[in-house]
Amino acid sequence: MFSAILVMAAIGLVLGGILGWASIKYRVEDDPLVEKVDAILPQTQCGQCGFPGCKPYAEAIAKGEADINLCPPGGDDGVKRLAELLGVEAKPLGEGMEPKPKSVAVIDENTCIGCTLCIQACPVDAIVGAAKQMHVIVASQCTGCELCLPPCPVDCISMQVIKEDVVNWKWRYPIHMMKRVA
Amino acid sequence: MSRTLFTFNGGVHPDGHKTESNGTPIRAMPLLSRYVVPMRQHIGAPARPVVAVGDAVLRGQTLGAAEGYVSTAVHAPTSGRVIAIEPCAAPHPSGLFDLAVVIEADGLDQSIAFEPLDWRALDPSALRNRIREMGLAGLGGAVFPSYIKLNPGAQKIHTLILNGAECEPWITCDDRLMRERAPELVRGIEIMRHALGSATILIGIEDNKPEALAAMRAAAPSDMEVVAIPTLYPGGGGKQLTYTLTGVETPTGGRSTDVGIQVFNVGTAYSLYRAVELGEPLISRIVTITGHVSNPGNFEVRVGTPLSDLVTAAGGMLPGASGEIVGGPMMGFDLMDSAAPVTKAVNCLIIKNSKLFPGKPIELPCIRCGACAKACPADLQPFEMYWYSRAKNFGRAQSYNLFDCIECGCCAYVCPSHIPLVDYFRFAKSEIWEREREKSGADQARIRHDFKTFRLEREKREKAEKFAKAAEKTKAAASNPSEASAAVDPDAEKKKAILQAALERAQKAKESVAPRNTEDLPPRVQREIDEIEARRAAVETKTESTE
Repeated sequence: MFSAILVMAAIGLVLGGILGWASIKYRVEDDPLVEKVDAILPQTQCGQCGFPGCKPYAEAIAKGEADINLCPPGGDDGVKRLAELLGVEAKPLGEGMEPKPKSVAVIDENTCIGCTLCIQACPVDAIVGAAKQMHVIVASQCTGCELCLPPCPVDCISMQVIKEDVVNWKWRYPIHMMKRVA
Repeated sequence: MSRTLFTFNGGVHPDGHKTESNGTPIRAMPLLSRYVVPMRQHIGAPARPVVAVGDAVLRGQTLGAAEGYVSTAVHAPTSGRVIAIEPCAAPHPSGLFDLAVVIEADGLDQSIAFEPLDWRALDPSALRNRIREMGLAGLGGAVFPSYIKLNPGAQKIHTLILNGAECEPWITCDDRLMRERAPELVRGIEIMRHALGSATILIGIEDNKPEALAAMRAAAPSDMEVVAIPTLYPGGGGKQLTYTLTGVETPTGGRSTDVGIQVFNVGTAYSLYRAVELGEPLISRIVTITGHVSNPGNFEVRVGTPLSDLVTAAGGMLPGASGEIVGGPMMGFDLMDSAAPVTKAVNCLIIKNSKLFPGKPIELPCIRCGACAKACPADLQPFEMYWYSRAKNFGRAQSYNLFDCIECGCCAYVCPSHIPLVDYFRFAKSEIWEREREKSGADQARIRHDFKTFRLEREKREKAEKFAKAAEKTKAAASNPSEASAAVDPDAEKKKAILQAALERAQKAKESVAPRNTEDLPPRVQREIDEIEARRAAVETKTESTE
């Protein structure tokens, strides 16, 4: 009986050792939570959540210091996905927060004085220009964060809603005729 | 020469309604006064307008040049003047306007000099470039630029399939084309063979078109095989036709070229013949107009012809018309604006009435009968995709291979609950595309934001380092001037040397200039000087001793 115990213990030790070694050797680096949260956030870097960018907000969410419903550009859909990821209840967007239609900033070239203040404000370097030269916004890179609006001393930047065209047009959700019957 | 045919799973047998329009020969459209030529008539990037408002243009002149790789050119359908380049109504399910060149015809219909190509002597690559400039795009409905499809690339295209199945109900434009213009069509196929180097050529035609089969068999040389395939919708789908003829399945998410097969519509082959052998760009196509019109049939229509003018040419709508469908009843869409023009993609216009096309029945709950899965020619499970699309759970919908759905409409056709399944799939697909776009935009924004943060930090660091260095230097200079300057400034040695040299030069100059009034002095003056010197010396020793 003693030998049987020994044998079983030895087998257990060997297998345990193999498993322990494998868990270190073949360890799969899991995405840290911050990265996962950051992947859901819309990356407008607008700061409407009260944090200086999406990454800091993601870090705060991951630490449990911030609520998940503070991101208006992400909308209800974004809140839902965050809730799914974190295993909490989805909730409506925070008070006074409403998702706006997607827009891009446009500089009125006649008014721009070339002060470079908006260039410094842009979180994604989507404004091109130099001192005393006219500035222009690279529309394809603009996230619509509106951070360039307040610094402009001549108020020459306006937000333009992105219009629906043949390329970004989407098929609509089919209307439920069932509801009419009921 | 009987070929073993394969039968794909599923498929439906809708009423053909072919006889309404296939009995009369192709008619020519009268010349119009105004044409609207959209720049986006093909898959990929829209053409870039190369004419300006006010320009005089000739038939066949390039209006828009191909922009980017997946693109092709657009040409003037007649001679006249460009009166506008602006967004106009387009044949699109959204009814949204799209950029178009509007031409006011001068009625002369003068053309540019068409240059026929000696394609047999031409290198396939040069031929493809020419085809790109000629504006060729697949006329079966997908309008993919033909020059790309005619490039075998690394893949060897052993089989070339010509799609003359025309499986959609009501449409007969390919049927009439094959009946009337088979010899020219076959010459177009030969050009395709030249470009692709395919050994086997199969021309698949549904057996409900015996006249077209006979005409093509008469025109085709012995090394092209005209195959009658059973009439079964969607037998003309690229993947389904490939399977029917060869038994080869196209891999999921792939193209038939992945298995060495290329498929072209017969209309494309005919247009290719005209483009290459006659030198005429793609400025017209055959369009079926049928349904509730007084004189249905097929017309050879210039690209840019407003659809309302096509209806007029077919004798106008009959009383009680309730709408128009662009394309077939299975895959087409309701026309929003009849000012929209015929494009390279438009093969059919059906005028609806309430008898032929009764309104959509009321959608009832899914009873999980599985009829849609049995009818699906792509071997999908439409009911599962429907659940998830309806619940907006797009990830799950995609995991059921939503993107292998060809939107043929068989599932919705057989559904006993009249669920518009394809509408859900289209909705889900465009939502997924939108998310992909948003995600790639967000990824770019993240990268750019990270870089900006990095850049700002780098600038701050560099500035701080610079200040620190300067501060250190001043401090060191204060405590140990020579060492500090030598240690901090590598140029110090050089500067010092320059300074030293200048000093030496000055010294030398000083030495070389002898004071004039100190030599050969008279003894009296010398004595005075000696006295003064002795006095000064005495004073100096005195002060030194007191110190």
